[in-house]
Amino acid sequence: MELLQTIWFIVIGILFTGFFLLEGFDYGVGILLPFLSKEDTDRRLIINTIGPFWDGNEVWLVVAGGGMFAAFSNWYATLFSGFYLALLLILLTLIVRGVGFEFRSKHEHPAWRTLWDWMIFVGSLVPALLWGVAFANIVRGVPIDADMQYVGGFWNLLNPYALLAGVAAVSAFALHGATFLGLKTKGELLARAEKAATRLWLPAAVLIFAAMIAGIFATDMFSHRGAVLWVAAVAAGVALLAAGWFIRLRRHGWAFIMSSLTIALTCVTIALGLYPRVMVSSLNEAWSLTIYNASSSQYTLQVISVIALIFVPIVLLYQGWSYWVFRKRIGREDTLEY
Amino acid sequence: MDAVTVSRLQFATTTIYHFFFVPLTLGLSVLVAIMETLYVRTGNDVYKKMTKFWGKLFLINFAMGVVTGIVMEFQFGMNWSEYSRFVGDVFGAPLAIEGLSAFFLEATFLGIWVFGWEKLPKGVHAAVMWAVAIGSSLSALWILTANSFMQEPVGYVLRDGRAEMVDFWALLGNPHVWHQFPHVVLAGITTAGMFMLGISGYHLLKKSGSHEVWRRSLTMAAIAALVGSVSVGLIGHAQGQYMFKTQPMKMAAAEAMWENEEPAGLPLFTISSQAQRKELFAIKLPALGSLLVCNNLTCPLQGINEIQAEYEQTYGPGNYIPPVNLVFWAFRAMVFAGFAMVALALGALFLVLKKWLDRFPWFLRLLMWAIPLPYLANTGGWLLAEVGRQPWIVFSLLRTEQGVSVSITGGMVIFSLVAFALLYGVLMAADVFLLAKYARKGVPAETEAESPTDEPASVLAAAN
Repeated sequence: MELLQTIWFIVIGILFTGFFLLEGFDYGVGILLPFLSKEDTDRRLIINTIGPFWDGNEVWLVVAGGGMFAAFSNWYATLFSGFYLALLLILLTLIVRGVGFEFRSKHEHPAWRTLWDWMIFVGSLVPALLWGVAFANIVRGVPIDADMQYVGGFWNLLNPYALLAGVAAVSAFALHGATFLGLKTKGELLARAEKAATRLWLPAAVLIFAAMIAGIFATDMFSHRGAVLWVAAVAAGVALLAAGWFIRLRRHGWAFIMSSLTIALTCVTIALGLYPRVMVSSLNEAWSLTIYNASSSQYTLQVISVIALIFVPIVLLYQGWSYWVFRKRIGREDTLEY
Repeated sequence: MDAVTVSRLQFATTTIYHFFFVPLTLGLSVLVAIMETLYVRTGNDVYKKMTKFWGKLFLINFAMGVVTGIVMEFQFGMNWSEYSRFVGDVFGAPLAIEGLSAFFLEATFLGIWVFGWEKLPKGVHAAVMWAVAIGSSLSALWILTANSFMQEPVGYVLRDGRAEMVDFWALLGNPHVWHQFPHVVLAGITTAGMFMLGISGYHLLKKSGSHEVWRRSLTMAAIAALVGSVSVGLIGHAQGQYMFKTQPMKMAAAEAMWENEEPAGLPLFTISSQAQRKELFAIKLPALGSLLVCNNLTCPLQGINEIQAEYEQTYGPGNYIPPVNLVFWAFRAMVFAGFAMVALALGALFLVLKKWLDRFPWFLRLLMWAIPLPYLANTGGWLLAEVGRQPWIVFSLLRTEQGVSVSITGGMVIFSLVAFALLYGVLMAADVFLLAKYARKGVPAETEAESPTDEPASVLAAAN
């Protein structure tokens, strides 16, 4: 029986893809915050574009984590204990980011607001970087011993390939944030968002292509999976080029769709390159965690499959509704809650 | 220090901190939803002001609950990887279900609620708050289903060195869940009631205008706190009797009862020596312990030392006694705070009904100073549940030191503990500062016309 394991590999892949797609533009908006704003109202407008969404977007991560715990507890255990300090940094920065959104406009003092604006920036930049680093290491392989224990330490994660992937992730999310702001702002702020997208595209494209090419050498993804992986990777590259094209044409909707596709197809590429492994061991191929040796029992997989079948469509419906309710561009005439 | 001790300290710190914010979210979401429903039904502007005022405080509190909540989910894997491997097959499912069915609901609809005042019809907007409240309570149900497995493992078999789920319905039907879940949700209602009593009392005392808003808030709060605290007490009593059967060691420690007693007394004040395994000083009411546990004045109760001897027979040599002084006093703090809250809520309701609110300013001041009581009770209850289970991480199956991660060192955990402690300290200060600011600020004056500009946020926007 391996069908359920495969299904749950896909489910967790979808959850992480959803997380990077949605929280990706939240991170991007946070990273761009200091660069696109001249005064306080600018900053409030920028934060308010993601105001109704960021918390719901972050839940994709929480559910991805919960799903890993339930479906592949060994993966969850090895990854979270092995990447301890990296995850600690992600947690600490996500905490100050979330609190920053909620707290910054609830007090008028300029120092208070500046403080939380920096927390939002750091809390967007650092997790974006570290998620890139973490996933690059998962496919590149980390020292995992025969007992499924990570034996590598913290600095081991900061190898050149992973750092390149981390910087590429930052640039991809920043670009994604800029195309999102292209959909959600108007007037002068929109002009600045367009300019940011235009300027960001080239460096982002260089970094993302560099990380992809480095992936050919630093990981076994391409030899492991073959032609399908090339299709996914090339499709991601095409979406990235198309994003640049639509940014230049100022076609905001298409630019956002293409930056979304770039991220989603990159996630697909990584998932294809991993499957059926979930964490590659750099010490011994046989010690890699796979959907089989990391898996929960058939019964548990059945239970959570039924639950997912019921709730995922409902969640998609109401999250979709929330994006529909707040579909309009935000301007100075609007009531700003954040 | 070793990774086990520091990881325990870190888990305790981050959980207790997280649990400062959760009960208020649980209770206040329901009360704000009721206020807004009243507004929609009656069209009375007072209820709208109440909804906005208490909603603002709800948000400030909610944000802290959200950001400290992710830490909880990550920590199982980060610090307790061997525990996660052992129970993941059982314990992971309720966590995943919690995320899918509750967190998404809560987070998405709260976003809609905050930003949707001008975008949604009134009735829909109120319904959105109900979705948030349902999400909060559902989340409590699933996380307590997971926790109950640690207290009273059911619906599993041991296979290949781990617990595997064989009966999901047994997990959900665990009697422990159905004591703990109502207990926690009603504690949330009580917390929200006491929180609102204190702040409404402050405004009535200061005569800060909008008298009607504060009078109605205080009435609602008194009812919530009274119904909540009395029900928590009754359920807690049933839960205590139940746990004397299923977790006798925890309850013997909660009573600091080292030796068997027949009939058992009710200790009011006990100091124990953990090392000598005996009580050093105690004040007890005779036979009342038996009355509380078995509904008669004569039944015998087992003491810690005899249970320890039995556990050694069953589980092998070892120390099965939790830290007795801590568990005993956590239990006492919870119960004493509970009784105090019943009395205060009763007093507040009496004054409201008699229309005597302005006659007893000292009582209103007392309500203000009573805001910490529910927090004391919540923390005490949580310590009783978790510390009382020690040395087990999963009762009778896995000891805490067996659950700790292999790939972390004491130094790493000391680093993370210090980082959490510093950050959490600063955030607590910021949170209390904001709560106090908005609690004092009150509601917009009654002479002001009702318009979107009565929001502090938009006043600022207009000023810019």
